[in-house]
Amino acid sequence: KCLFHTEGLFKPEKKKKKNFDMKNAVIGNNRQKANLIVLGAVPRLLYLLQQSSSSLELRTECAVVLGSLSMGTENNIKSLVDCHIIPALLQGLLCSDLIFIEACLRCLRTIFISPVTPVQLLYTDPTVIPHLMSLLSRSQHTQEYITQIFAHCCKTPEHQTVLFNHGAIQNIAPLLISPSYKVRMQALKCFSVLAYENAQVSMTLVNVLVDGEQLSQVFVRMMQRDKPIEMQLTAAKCLTYMCRAGAIRTDDNCIVLKTLPCLVRMCSKERLLEERVEGAETLAYLMEPDIELQRIASVTDHLVSMLADYFKYPSSVSAITDIKRLDHDLKHAHELRQAAFKLYASLGSNDEDIRKKITETENMMDRIVSGLSESSIKVRLAAVRCLHSLSRSVQQLRTSFHDHAVWKPLMKLLQNAPDEVLVMASSTLCNLLLEFSPSKEPILESGVIELLCSLTQSDSPALRVNGIWALMNMAFQADQKVKVEIVQALGTEQLFRLLSDPDTNVLMKTLGLLRNLLSTRPHIDQIMSSHGKQIMQAVTLILEGEHSIEVKEQTLCILANIADGNTAKELIMTNDDMLQKIKYYMGHSNVKLQLAATFCISNLIWNEEDGSQERQDKLREMGFVDILHKLTQASDPNLCDRAKTAMQQYLA
Amino acid sequence: SAISLPPELNDWEEVSPALFPTAIANDREPAPRSSRALPLSCCCLVADVTQRQPRSAVRPPPALGPSSGCGFLMSVVVHGDLALSEQEKELNQRLRSLYPAVNEQETPLPRSWSPKDKFSYIGLSQNNLRVHYKGHGKTPKDAASVRATHPIPAACGVYYFEVKIISKGRDGYMGIGLSAQGVNMNRLPGWDKHSYGYHGDDGHSFCSSGTGQPYGPTFTTGDVIGCCVNLINNTCFYTKNGHSLGIAFTDLPPNLYPTVGLQTPGEVVDANFGQHPFVFDIEDYMREWRTKIQAQIDRFPIGEREGEWQAMIQKMVASYLVHHSYCATAEAFAKSTDQAVHEELASIKNRQKIQKLVLSGRMGEAIETTQQLYPSLLERNSDLLFMLKVRQFIEMVNGTDSEVRCLGGRSPKSQDSYPGSPRLFNSPVHKASSSQTYQTSFDSNYCNGVSSSKGHTLAHSHKSCPPTIPSPEPGVLNGSRGQQTNVSTEVEMEVDHFSNGVSESSSNGFLNGSSTHGIDLEECDADMEVDSAQSKRQLCGGSQAAIERMIQFGRELQSMSEHLRRERGKNSANKKMLKDAFSLLAYSDPWNSPVGYQLDSIQREPVCSTLNSAILETHNLPKQPPLALAVGQAAQCLSLMARTGSGSCAFASVDDYLH
Repeated sequence: KCLFHTEGLFKPEKKKKKNFDMKNAVIGNNRQKANLIVLGAVPRLLYLLQQSSSSLELRTECAVVLGSLSMGTENNIKSLVDCHIIPALLQGLLCSDLIFIEACLRCLRTIFISPVTPVQLLYTDPTVIPHLMSLLSRSQHTQEYITQIFAHCCKTPEHQTVLFNHGAIQNIAPLLISPSYKVRMQALKCFSVLAYENAQVSMTLVNVLVDGEQLSQVFVRMMQRDKPIEMQLTAAKCLTYMCRAGAIRTDDNCIVLKTLPCLVRMCSKERLLEERVEGAETLAYLMEPDIELQRIASVTDHLVSMLADYFKYPSSVSAITDIKRLDHDLKHAHELRQAAFKLYASLGSNDEDIRKKITETENMMDRIVSGLSESSIKVRLAAVRCLHSLSRSVQQLRTSFHDHAVWKPLMKLLQNAPDEVLVMASSTLCNLLLEFSPSKEPILESGVIELLCSLTQSDSPALRVNGIWALMNMAFQADQKVKVEIVQALGTEQLFRLLSDPDTNVLMKTLGLLRNLLSTRPHIDQIMSSHGKQIMQAVTLILEGEHSIEVKEQTLCILANIADGNTAKELIMTNDDMLQKIKYYMGHSNVKLQLAATFCISNLIWNEEDGSQERQDKLREMGFVDILHKLTQASDPNLCDRAKTAMQQYLA
Repeated sequence: SAISLPPELNDWEEVSPALFPTAIANDREPAPRSSRALPLSCCCLVADVTQRQPRSAVRPPPALGPSSGCGFLMSVVVHGDLALSEQEKELNQRLRSLYPAVNEQETPLPRSWSPKDKFSYIGLSQNNLRVHYKGHGKTPKDAASVRATHPIPAACGVYYFEVKIISKGRDGYMGIGLSAQGVNMNRLPGWDKHSYGYHGDDGHSFCSSGTGQPYGPTFTTGDVIGCCVNLINNTCFYTKNGHSLGIAFTDLPPNLYPTVGLQTPGEVVDANFGQHPFVFDIEDYMREWRTKIQAQIDRFPIGEREGEWQAMIQKMVASYLVHHSYCATAEAFAKSTDQAVHEELASIKNRQKIQKLVLSGRMGEAIETTQQLYPSLLERNSDLLFMLKVRQFIEMVNGTDSEVRCLGGRSPKSQDSYPGSPRLFNSPVHKASSSQTYQTSFDSNYCNGVSSSKGHTLAHSHKSCPPTIPSPEPGVLNGSRGQQTNVSTEVEMEVDHFSNGVSESSSNGFLNGSSTHGIDLEECDADMEVDSAQSKRQLCGGSQAAIERMIQFGRELQSMSEHLRRERGKNSANKKMLKDAFSLLAYSDPWNSPVGYQLDSIQREPVCSTLNSAILETHNLPKQPPLALAVGQAAQCLSLMARTGSGSCAFASVDDYLH
């Protein structure tokens, strides 16, 4: 039953009274709010709000009622947004009356912090942000609402830039020492979203002074252990983001002695589940690139075993005693697990001892294995990240990885997974396919080659790299059968397409694959007899092209391997152009290239093989002996040795 | 055969090839204990330390406290001791700020290792802060420990010390931890019952057991290891180079001593009991626990029945107001909280009047008024009367007593009005006008912030408070606001009363009675004038007649003293009081003499308090207001907690709640 007659709103003398009734009736009553919206009160209220002829008091009351309506359900907010409440309220901010502005801002705040409101609406009118900045000085309330809006509506680098360009830092920094806790907190949140992955903002932040104190020190003070947890956590995020953006060194005391321990504390059992998730994720992000931070974190407050606790939700106790608690636990269980996996991944990304410590944590490998097949994509991704990090350890590959047959769920994960999971999973697979990994055999048998070849055709460079990389590892010291299988499955066309891949990593790994394929003499001859022409073409192309030293070196190594074949050598000997290129590289300024080219020649003139005399003669004619002679005087001992060995072939 | 380039495996992500052999070799082997020999220079260092030890033993103990002239002299003579006493000063300062709740008279804090409580293989140097091993170090039987001079007092709440590894010696078998008195010192900490340790060679923690548990990283030369004992939940955690390693022990017994143990030659460690800043931010950890304890107190459940608690508090406040004769406030408070006042208003006003007189130094009038209003009081209590008269004598010297004032001495303003509490708040001291007539009217109307006929009450316009003073919460003391003439900071001053009132009989609660601080310009001018006046203060206000009267009064006092002694026997307190008062005359400038403190108006407070209590007693009312009693009991309770080992007393100072 509805208590109101919206018609009352149209009769001027009743407006105020009606509004007043409305306000009191809707507060705290979601059904009444919905009723009012259905009855079309919103357009009327907006009309009154925008009428400059209405009294300020009435307009303020309208904003208050709208604010109250926006406090309702998400559907309420949708209806309000559909009625174009945002432009109307933003327009209202141009009024000079502070009370009215505050009422509008309060309503705007409530609407903007709702997940159903498109944040873009804040940026459509370019005059809005500067105006909001100017309103920051009006009152504590405007400060609180505006900073809260900014903190929620800064979601992309573009948003960061817009806010930054309109002086967000200078305008918000002083609010960090506001007497109002809410203002301090919202200002802090603003900085955390502004600094996230933004070097420009972060670099500016380190130089900001608040009341004569460096901003980083203000943040450090906010991390003191007697401050509210929310404040500690957000301040730690700000410093983390500034550090990751390169504005603060990772060995700075404010990171090592303050931020890191603070984030570890956030992971403790005493904290709320949400805080533990955020703490772990932020910590993982902070130390990802820095081995020293990883080492410190790994011994701080038993972090590694503390994280094991993240997997114990919902706990068996909560299921029995408390339905509400169970619900709460269930809701956060996925988040907790993925956060823990992320943090383990970060902890173990560089240090062998830490990896050992992690795998020795109770049931760790089982947890990863089951994590790989969880329904939540976030958990799967995090689990595979963790697995990837641990797969960098020889010891783990040999022991726990094999014991738990992690390759099985990993292979399963590779089928139809989204790209981000695929990148991690294939990268892990690369490590599992290493020669000494006991998992290599079973993986080969599971028909992985096809899958890897398809990855090399992906649009994502990362997937192409991983695909070809895994093939390269697979071809290392492989049987002839495997090699043939690889060549067949990949197809020479694809192989050569990869050799002209715009991504250098892909090119390098493809060359690596070629090199691994072209090892041991019978393999060399066999592959060269079937694909010799194309391979020589590709080699020529690369040696002629604009490539890095590493690429050229790798290519010359392939050439050296070809020169080791029985029949394959002729492909070089009959190609004068190629011989000229080798000659050129023997005189190159880079020792590595000189060495690789000398290797190649050395193989060509090796004594004990058929036709070595002719080859030696031809090469002498082409002036290679003089070059070799010169190289015996080279300052690099390796090059010198190699040249001497080659010269001996002539003397023998 | 021709040399074929090896196929490559170089792209294996981020694991350097060099890792292969080591990783595999480490596979099943325990981490080897480093067998690097101690560098020669380190050995020399140790030898040097040993030789030097006797010398440092004969060194005079460092002077305690900055005032010791002897210590100063020595520091000049003995080079290096200056730094020593500086360190001592820093240590005392740091310990005081870390452990303010510790009463060192009762439970001294550890400041160094004990030269008596150690195994013979332990050598001490550098003021008993450096420990080195001087045994054979062949087997675990050669282990040796040393304890600190004192156990950790529970009133620390959270206790912390650090040990820096100067040299790990031959094998680095070092243990850092805690042990109870009497635990065998021929062992490393942790091996025996009531002994706990963290060992450097394997990073294990030893909890009263010969076998350790994996706990933290190993530690070695250059590392700083900290040990923190939480006396609230009886746990302990360690730190390494400023990083907390997590809880190592729980359920610790009380009265543990900081302990270190060494086992192989060349091992040298330095302790830091607060001599230097700590590497780990222990203050931050303490802040967390202070907040926790205070939250616990704030959330403590009070009374089941609705309103009971509030009624009790109101009663206590009301009785406090009555006790100190803030009658207008008491009346207003009683009215607004619907309570009965257990003393007649007239009686309160009488007491107030007397107090006002005492606090303004007009002792003669005070005694006279007391005799009028409470005829038998002083007759029965001759010691009290004597005390009042001695005070009167002092006020005569001061020139403030009515008897000398009416003899034409000028009124020394600085002494005339009660100077508030400048040491606390730096608030402008109230000045009377230089005009005598105004002075009188001022006294009767303004001097007491409570009783003025205009109905001023205790509460004041907050607007007029100097900005430096935190604005008090408008709470129970809220009476008539906005009385511009009556500006002061009495609400804060109550704090002063509580804190002092608890510890000693001296109470300056009467501060309220007379402190009215104006802060307008005129007042400031007056203030400055006084400063100059102070330099030309004269005995009895400078009048010859007044001096004569004072001398005469002195003689009367002397005969009264003799009379008292004859009647009631010797009374050393009275004797001293009189001697001190007469001593004032021995100086040409009594105000700046060693006994000049008596002239300070703050000395009126105990007199006033004693008189007030005596009057109340005659009415069968408590000598002390219940509020002061409760505060005293709370403080007493805290010291009892300290004695019985409840560490939370460290973070529950009564003062923290009196604001």
